[in-house]
Amino acid sequence: MSMTRRHFLLLTAAAAAAWDSVVAGTPEAAPNYNRSEHWYGMLMNIEKCIGCGSCVRACQLENKVPDGYYRTWVERYHVADWTVESPSVDSPDGGKNGFVELKDSGGKNFFVPKLCNHCADSPCTQVCPVGATFVSPDGVVLVDPNYCLGCRYCVQACPYGCRFLNPATETAEKCSLCYHRITKGLTTACCEVCPTGTRQLVDFKNPKDPIHEFLKTHSVLVLKPYMATKAKVYYYGLDGSVR
Amino acid sequence: MHVPVEGFMYPNEVELQWSVLIVLYPFITGLVAGAFILASLERVFRVEAVKPTYRLALLTALAFLLVAPLPLQLHLGRPERSLEMYLTPHRSSAMAMFGFVYLWYLLGVLVVEIWLEYRPDLVEMAQSSAGVKRWLYRALTLGSYNLSQRAIQIDDRVGWIVTIIGIPSAFLLHGYVGFIFGSIKANPWWSTPLMPVVFLFSAMVSGISAVMLLYMLTCRLRRRPIDMRCVDTIAMYLFYTFLIDFTLEMVDLIHRIYEADESFRSLDFMVHTRLYFSQIMLQIGFGTIVPLSLLAITQLVRLPELFRKYIYSVAGILTLIGIFAMRWNVVIGGQLFSKSFLGYTTYKMGFVTREGLLPAVVLSILPFVILWVLVKALPPWHEPAALQQEAQGD
Amino acid sequence: MKDLKDAGHLLRLAAVFAAVFLMFLLVRGLLVPRSFGQYGHYRGAALSEIASRPVTYAGHQACEVCHTDVVELKSKGKHARVACESCHGPLANHADDPASIQPAKLETPSLCPRCHTANQAKPKGFPQVAPDDHSGGVPCDTCHKPHSPVIEAAEVNP
Repeated sequence: MSMTRRHFLLLTAAAAAAWDSVVAGTPEAAPNYNRSEHWYGMLMNIEKCIGCGSCVRACQLENKVPDGYYRTWVERYHVADWTVESPSVDSPDGGKNGFVELKDSGGKNFFVPKLCNHCADSPCTQVCPVGATFVSPDGVVLVDPNYCLGCRYCVQACPYGCRFLNPATETAEKCSLCYHRITKGLTTACCEVCPTGTRQLVDFKNPKDPIHEFLKTHSVLVLKPYMATKAKVYYYGLDGSVR
Repeated sequence: MHVPVEGFMYPNEVELQWSVLIVLYPFITGLVAGAFILASLERVFRVEAVKPTYRLALLTALAFLLVAPLPLQLHLGRPERSLEMYLTPHRSSAMAMFGFVYLWYLLGVLVVEIWLEYRPDLVEMAQSSAGVKRWLYRALTLGSYNLSQRAIQIDDRVGWIVTIIGIPSAFLLHGYVGFIFGSIKANPWWSTPLMPVVFLFSAMVSGISAVMLLYMLTCRLRRRPIDMRCVDTIAMYLFYTFLIDFTLEMVDLIHRIYEADESFRSLDFMVHTRLYFSQIMLQIGFGTIVPLSLLAITQLVRLPELFRKYIYSVAGILTLIGIFAMRWNVVIGGQLFSKSFLGYTTYKMGFVTREGLLPAVVLSILPFVILWVLVKALPPWHEPAALQQEAQGD
Repeated sequence: MKDLKDAGHLLRLAAVFAAVFLMFLLVRGLLVPRSFGQYGHYRGAALSEIASRPVTYAGHQACEVCHTDVVELKSKGKHARVACESCHGPLANHADDPASIQPAKLETPSLCPRCHTANQAKPKGFPQVAPDDHSGGVPCDTCHKPHSPVIEAAEVNP
């Protein structure tokens, strides 16, 4: 994405406006934010991921994620030859500090970052007994830490393993798509720091979002499509061996 | 907390979420459902032979039902918020709806039925006892001392209707627990339409065993002869219910082995390694095949009374162990394997922790303590002399 | 047909249940949070509570407001699309109060290898080296300018 002077000036003005509202205390959202105008998801370009773990570290810092638990993580796959059904996978500390080189060479190796898929038809929100987790009007699956009982039914119901119980608050927790950032015009912490552009926040309701063009010209997949959860994290370049 | 992991697990899956308390909970509600079904055998299906256990079965159901929410409360991250399930229940959540099923069953079925059954006793004790007890019994009668023939007739009729409603309610009470597991598509060990049915039949098996054992035990304690016709009948119902339960579980197993879907290899490995003792040896071997065989012998061959008593006792205890093992294998087993089907974790059960072994043991003993209190307050047997003996003997 | 006098005790029981039910309705009215059900089966206030959480990463647009020289340099090089905080860490507090909060100086030997250490799983076209073989312990910024890392032919000593 090359920056024209005009584009830069426009961006600066918008950024300054957004930043002003951020600096002026911690507002609930940018003043002109209208929830019904957005429908968020994410695009993951697997072919670009270098497994640096920047996303995992940034998420932890941005969201005060406790050690040993992960709102997002990176997995490394090693597929030997044609055995797609039995890859070797590892994710040391969620990939937070990168990956040590494997001694075994050959075969196919790649990284897969994962997070909550913010399913439009999410099984976790279906099973919550009290309404502590829900899909927001802008498509983000959120947890209300002031209402959650900590029963962990949602943790069991998530097919992707993205939820956990925060030991400090004793409530369920997971990726919130940096709701406190995206409602202010910023992008998620993980997308912000991703050095290769693997992770990109998308807004399906924004007609100018590049996702629309991307979907027309590329083949994408979601994880575990047979779970029929209407996951909104799309993966480009996803291999059949990915669990 | 370091947990030994074999293979690959999604990072958040390593720690188990549902502990031994969640194993205990369906075991307890299962006993409730089973005990109630046994009680209904006499009340609705007029199986006269089991009448000696009728009141005991009701009290057993109540004692266990009162304890049932406790493991859940201990398990919750924020138990002080548990009332939210009644204030803002999420209608799409099986767990939320279960809160109402529990409440309905406790108040609308069990308490009403016990009250109607015991009303003559309550009135008599309200009039004959003294001090605190007198006030207690007076409160329980709700101020009505009407024991006319017509009133008793009405009680009988209403009690019969309550039991009729109670049978599907008991099915719902425990079937729901099975549904809570069986409806989770994310977990292939749990996700099967057979789950509520298997849970229900294993509940009936455990409940019937428990009442049979309690009846035999209380007869021994009261130094009264065991009504063998009663116990033989119960054992017969236990045997046939157990056969159905075993068949259902085998159907599920065979189906899985035959279909061999993507989860099969991972689950099969888990059963043969981490669940070998609890599933193959305890649940299937000692907990099902042995008691079934023992009961089958008593059904086929006419054995002397003493032999039958021993066999029923052993079979009953093994059955309870087997059904507990089944709950363990479902709950814990369902969390030992990764949803990536590439790895396994380990369950580290604490001892003196909120969800550890000690609270589980205490909660297992508590229903018997409550039952003892209930038996004292609402004696199942119409023998004042025996009451005094018991009081002295304790 | 029920004779009401003989069913009096049942009416008392029903009255007890009705009283308990009414109590429950009262408690419910008092305890259910006001904003519950505003947007769906959840506390509507949760949305704004979650959105009010403090921001830790400023976002590159905030940096670009002041550090225009770096932006200019970076935009022409290979790190054009690498966000500032990707290397410099979260700096919302610095953007908030640039004078009093200064970001720490970065140590390239521990920073750059995070992305650029060779690994079979990285995309083939991605620049990756074995750090010790490549520089023998010499800090990366001795030769590479982090904001424009590619060493131009003209910069190499003839």
